[in-house]
Amino acid sequence: MRIPLSWLREYAQVPADATAEDVMADLVRVGLEEEDVHRPTDSISGPIVVGRVESLVKEPQTNGKTINWCQVRVVPEGATQDLTHDGIDPSGVQGIVCGAHNFVEGDKVVVTLPGAVLPGDFAISARKTYGHVSAGMIASSRELGIGDDHDGIIVLSRLGLDPEIGSDAMELLGLYDQAAEINVTPDRSYCFSIRGVAREYAHATHTTFTDPAAGVTVPAATGPGYPVRIADDAGAYAAPGCDRFVARTVTGVDASRPTPPWMASRLTLAGMRTISLIVDISNYVMLELGQPLHFYDADVLRGDIVVRRATAGERLRTLDDKQRELDPQDVVIADDRGAIGIAGVMGGTETEVSTSTANVLIEAAHFSPVAVARSRRRHRLPSEASKRFERGVDWEVADEAAQRAVELLVELAGGTAEDTATDEGARPEPRIIDLPEDFASKLIGVDYTPEQVTGTLRDLGATVEQTTAGLRVTAPSWRPDLRIREDLVEEIARLVGYEEIPSTLPVAPPGRGLTRTQQQRRRVLQGLADAGLTEVLSYPFVSLAQNQTFGAATAGTEVAAVKLANPISTEFGFLRTSILPGLLETARRNHSRGFRDLALYEAGLVYLPGETLGTATIPPLGERPADDVLDALDAGLPEQPQHIGAVLFGNDAAPGVGVEPRAHDWASALDVARLVADILGVELVVSQGMHQAFHPGRTARLSLRTGEYVGIAGELHPRLLASSDLPARTVAMELDADTLFAAAADLVVARAISTYPLSTQDVALVVDRDVVAGDVLETLRLGAGELLEDVALFDAYQGPGIEEGKKSLAFGLRFRAEDRTLTADEASASRAAAVAAAAEKFGAVQR
Amino acid sequence: MSEATPPNGGPGGTAPSVPHPTDEAAVQAAVDAALSAIEAATDLDMLKQARLAHSGEKSPLALANREIGRLDKTEKATAGKLMGGARGRVNKALAARTMVLEEEDAARILIEEAVDVTAAAHRRRAGARHPLSTLQERVSDIFVGMGWEIAEGPEVESEWFNFDALNFAPDHPARDMQDTFFIEPAESHLVMRTHTSPVQIRSMLERDLPVYVLCPGKTFRTDELDATHTPVFHQFEGLAVDKGLTMADLRGTLEHFARQMFGPDAAIRLRPNFFPFTEPSAELDIFHPGAKGGPAWIEWGGCGMVHPNVLRAAGIDPEEYSGFAFGMGIERTLMFRNDVPDMRDMIEGDIRFSEHFGMEI
Repeated sequence: MRIPLSWLREYAQVPADATAEDVMADLVRVGLEEEDVHRPTDSISGPIVVGRVESLVKEPQTNGKTINWCQVRVVPEGATQDLTHDGIDPSGVQGIVCGAHNFVEGDKVVVTLPGAVLPGDFAISARKTYGHVSAGMIASSRELGIGDDHDGIIVLSRLGLDPEIGSDAMELLGLYDQAAEINVTPDRSYCFSIRGVAREYAHATHTTFTDPAAGVTVPAATGPGYPVRIADDAGAYAAPGCDRFVARTVTGVDASRPTPPWMASRLTLAGMRTISLIVDISNYVMLELGQPLHFYDADVLRGDIVVRRATAGERLRTLDDKQRELDPQDVVIADDRGAIGIAGVMGGTETEVSTSTANVLIEAAHFSPVAVARSRRRHRLPSEASKRFERGVDWEVADEAAQRAVELLVELAGGTAEDTATDEGARPEPRIIDLPEDFASKLIGVDYTPEQVTGTLRDLGATVEQTTAGLRVTAPSWRPDLRIREDLVEEIARLVGYEEIPSTLPVAPPGRGLTRTQQQRRRVLQGLADAGLTEVLSYPFVSLAQNQTFGAATAGTEVAAVKLANPISTEFGFLRTSILPGLLETARRNHSRGFRDLALYEAGLVYLPGETLGTATIPPLGERPADDVLDALDAGLPEQPQHIGAVLFGNDAAPGVGVEPRAHDWASALDVARLVADILGVELVVSQGMHQAFHPGRTARLSLRTGEYVGIAGELHPRLLASSDLPARTVAMELDADTLFAAAADLVVARAISTYPLSTQDVALVVDRDVVAGDVLETLRLGAGELLEDVALFDAYQGPGIEEGKKSLAFGLRFRAEDRTLTADEASASRAAAVAAAAEKFGAVQR
Repeated sequence: MSEATPPNGGPGGTAPSVPHPTDEAAVQAAVDAALSAIEAATDLDMLKQARLAHSGEKSPLALANREIGRLDKTEKATAGKLMGGARGRVNKALAARTMVLEEEDAARILIEEAVDVTAAAHRRRAGARHPLSTLQERVSDIFVGMGWEIAEGPEVESEWFNFDALNFAPDHPARDMQDTFFIEPAESHLVMRTHTSPVQIRSMLERDLPVYVLCPGKTFRTDELDATHTPVFHQFEGLAVDKGLTMADLRGTLEHFARQMFGPDAAIRLRPNFFPFTEPSAELDIFHPGAKGGPAWIEWGGCGMVHPNVLRAAGIDPEEYSGFAFGMGIERTLMFRNDVPDMRDMIEGDIRFSEHFGMEI
């Protein structure tokens, strides 16, 4: 909402020298947010004066145009020209070429003299054109930035103005005015008006406020006006779509008259376009009083006006010239032809006022916020009217607003007010709120005096009665946001001032610190960073194809994923089922920025929808749903486990003095997964894996000892890498972190540490090439028995010396007893048992 | 180093004559020759030569010493004493010279082994945390230090938790202001949470009173990514529900937190505002003494006293309990705390951004 200061000054005591910034600073104190400052003088400067066209010679040009060569007097006869800019004639008469034709000799016009600057950095100077030196410009409202009128220049006499020649036209046109733009929170609907903001300004500055509505006297009607019926019985939340409809008629208007400059400049400064006098009047009253108005061309209306719900299939062409299919939920204004407007949102073209309208029917109605909000949303049709109705309009102000519009139509458009009036609807019950006297003090922590409490509420316009139970407060009609005692407390706190609130630090009961899972996550994330990987946070939005590639091991499997109804990009319209697509995109971006060695990781949720998605209904607000209802809400949520992923390519280090970089390979990805497991103290079981996104021969399936699948690691599929602009041999891993966290032992039981000597034995086994080392190792471990402390693969070889189709695996076995020094025979026997097991299971032969 | 020839024969000289073991002058001459050869040795090799020549088996003194056995008893005693003293002097000189030269040698080796330490490459490089994660942890730690607990919740959330439970009326404009991502189908009533406030409801439903929790996490709104907006961002929200909590307690908590984050000179300011889930509500400004361009008030977040409908939604009696809540954006906090000029830097995952921060912010 933009507040022209000149307008605000009519109803609030704004100091003469206050700037828009000063006013904003005051308004911020009572809860309006500062947005911007608008000052025409930031883009326009004089000299811009009133001139009189002394002579006008029409000169046809070879290009077919006719220009007017004008002599314009810009200082009164007998007075001296004291402006001295280059091009300003000392005689007080300027020769000006003008292309507009809507004026005649003797008209008073607005002259921008050499030295003036107009919006768009348009500097005025004396210049040669059409064979003359044109020393200035006769201005149109568009050139001055105060209107869209393209029909010609401003003719002051036609605006009913007769200012002195040479007087400052910027003053006359309101161009020295300025506006404070404030952001209005959704609860403060009344601040979408000068009336509301002036009241708040008075609160903020402890000055007096003059209610513009109180300045309007509504004469008693001599009889019923235009027939209107409110016939809506389908209201949401038992509230009718319309509970007041005031209609007034003004006849014989001249709708072609121009909008007076004071109104045009205020509307422009308030951010509204000036359109035509009649439309401008309706907007002006809305801005001033907060009551949206609608004007109908009374001669086009057919029969009674009815406020009702739309019928199925009913259509309406709205003022934005769009044909709209109405919904049976829409509240419409209708006449005998059908809908002529969507209530509180937008009128229809057929009954629209135009410059030829002679008789105007004014609608000042009160519509339900819910009905308007729903229609606005349904038709995607936000308007100045809907903005106000959705947030709540003062029920009481409708007849004053209508009267104000009547007066302006009479005064500015030369109309005649009919002395009948229509006022349908029923006044809503006033909202009465009981407020214990000490409640504000108890909630805020400030000892408010009784005067502060009742005084503040009365300042707001509320009535306050003392009862035995406390204060009984009746909220003012323009404050639909005041419903409960806490709302009143906020008013008291904000008007006394939030700066009065002291500072006390409450002591929480002893806490339990981070949960185990929170600690585990931190350790893993920190551990990966310590190990040289860099954490990133990518978006969870992915494409259908990405989910199908990463969400299932086998190509062609249907991957259930959560779909967004309104994604930022339709391509990435799904939520990830794997953390890798985002990570790979981030890796690709780094690669494209010149990074050839990379190790990234990310932890985040993936979203796995179950059988049911969501709930058909949701419980109401303000009460605790039953347990089974809450359970159903939770059951409708997708599973959202935390995953950790990593992507690596290039080398593990930059080459340098004494450093041999090693290329990341499938085992590097596996290593990162193992590091995560090691940090958590969880044993990962590695087996050959298969996944459509990974290299079929270089992929490890990761599971727990229990067999539960926890993730995958390996080299990404070459085809996938090529199509995603990633370097060859890029490797990745992904783990279900939640499963790993849960698998970690709650309590580690200490093991006895044997101090008896170690006995080591190596063994090389020849097996078929397709036998995997992990399986052999596991077999050796089991076969060796309890004396085995550890076994590790230290070499794998195939080639000369080994039979074709076979390979040699070399293992180091470490034996130790808890209670004695092992003899060489004992160790050898254990080793032999291990080899025998491997021989039996894989046909392994000792080399 | 040039090699001086010892006066009485050196390593390369003619073999000196063997003194008679009782000939005091001859023995002394041999000792003098030995001592000067030892003295003249400038490295361990020369000293080795000197040792061989003057103290080795074939040296005049050794050969003279061997002659003692052939002497008669009285001569033996004289010769033994003479020769013992002579050889002792030589050996002592040798030992002393050895120590000197060895030390010189060791020092020389250390000098020769010197390297250019500036040429060394990083062999092991730490990676980096994302500063949004570290900041989130830092904020969490401050509140854990105050006895609060950290609560988390789902990111795809039921509309009830995201809106209704937080007193957003179904048709209220405040609901539109959230720029919500909705989940298909619309009848599922699921959204990407637009704030971490649903976690407050979950905390109140799940925990015993009183509740003091901080809820950090990811949130989602349909903003296009630009220098100051991102559709995915992070918030932290605090919630305290206890008997007798006041807005003064809210201010005190925020003040304490602000000082932990921005130093002892940090201050906060509350301005009236509107949120459906708090009443009274306030906008929170922080006085940031270290702000770029000088100390300044910066809009930081929102806060207020928990709306009674929100307490009721969690089955808490607003007649008995009151609460306060506050929420701030982590991206925004990082932007003004660490002078991050562009939101996109936080999102794009360029490793230079995270690595610049390292592990701690």
